[in-house]
Amino acid sequence: MKKAIVIFFLAVFGYFMAITFLSPEFEADRNRNGVKDFYLEKTVSDLKTANTVTAIVVNFRGFDTLGEVTVLFLAATALGSILFKKRHHIGERTVLYPASTIVGSGAKLIFPAIILLGAYVFIHGHLTPGGGFQGGTIIATGFLLMLISYRNFSISHNILSVIESLAGILFVVFGFMGLIYGGSFLENFMGTGILNDLFSGGVIPVIYILVGFKVAAELTGLIYTILHEKG
Amino acid sequence: MDTAELIRLGVYGTSILLILIGLYAVLTKKSLIKIIIGLSIIDGGIHLLLIGIGYVKGGTAPIFSPGSEDAVARMVDPVPQALVLTAIVIGFGVTAVALSLIIRLYRHHNTLNIDEIKNLKW
Repeated sequence: MKKAIVIFFLAVFGYFMAITFLSPEFEADRNRNGVKDFYLEKTVSDLKTANTVTAIVVNFRGFDTLGEVTVLFLAATALGSILFKKRHHIGERTVLYPASTIVGSGAKLIFPAIILLGAYVFIHGHLTPGGGFQGGTIIATGFLLMLISYRNFSISHNILSVIESLAGILFVVFGFMGLIYGGSFLENFMGTGILNDLFSGGVIPVIYILVGFKVAAELTGLIYTILHEKG
Repeated sequence: MDTAELIRLGVYGTSILLILIGLYAVLTKKSLIKIIIGLSIIDGGIHLLLIGIGYVKGGTAPIFSPGSEDAVARMVDPVPQALVLTAIVIGFGVTAVALSLIIRLYRHHNTLNIDEIKNLKW
């Protein structure tokens, strides 16, 4: 009975969503007055950044990204405080299956390559697809691989906190430097260079590298907390 | 019906279907883990819908590369892509916090069935 009601409700909901998005009027108006052309033009002429998505995330909507990073920080903090238990439980791993030699050797072999790929992705965030969030996630997967392959692989929570806080503070510092030198918070105050150059886009690569460090530290801490959770 | 219309039907239809499947899971499943999986499916559907709205016929990625400066007219809308990047990160945070709450609930009640978790006290 309950399932029938749910299916009826979902059918009505789906019908109205479908007629909204599949109507010819929606299709005709979809790209008419978009801010797309403005962003595409300004990205090349003012910011000299190849990747428009990065330019929007870090520069046009930089304040939004600061909020996003804060949300991620809050999620990591909330996770730590929800799962907090007596200190002596920390150090014992919930997942206790020993990894085989093949997995261990392979993880050791591939770990530097993963870190290098992550660093490449966030350093080239303004030139190629990718950026701080993606690169940070790749680095965190490298640490996840090491944590599930080696039982006694440990990461210092203090070092992670220092990296994370430092990256966050530097993000805000760059925002205020924009306020001082450029006139508004997170303004791009550095020289923008040449399009498709590694040192181009002014403050964009700097901020995205900071975001990369912050996300990598946060996600690694998150994985570490969950893996050391004892039920 | 031409190809562009078929693509439009496919993308919007798939994303709406994903949202409905996720909502169905959230509304009818008893296991908390399955409810979180349903939330993630809703997330995926919404992301696909937003990216689909930004699509331009025959479009390319909104990235400028040397030698293809004439591609500006064919570039897809970068704004939904930037918004989806934000949404993915927020969705990740929501999932992580929800899973940690589930771990805490399981620690107290020794069950994940929402019908058996009746008292509001932890």
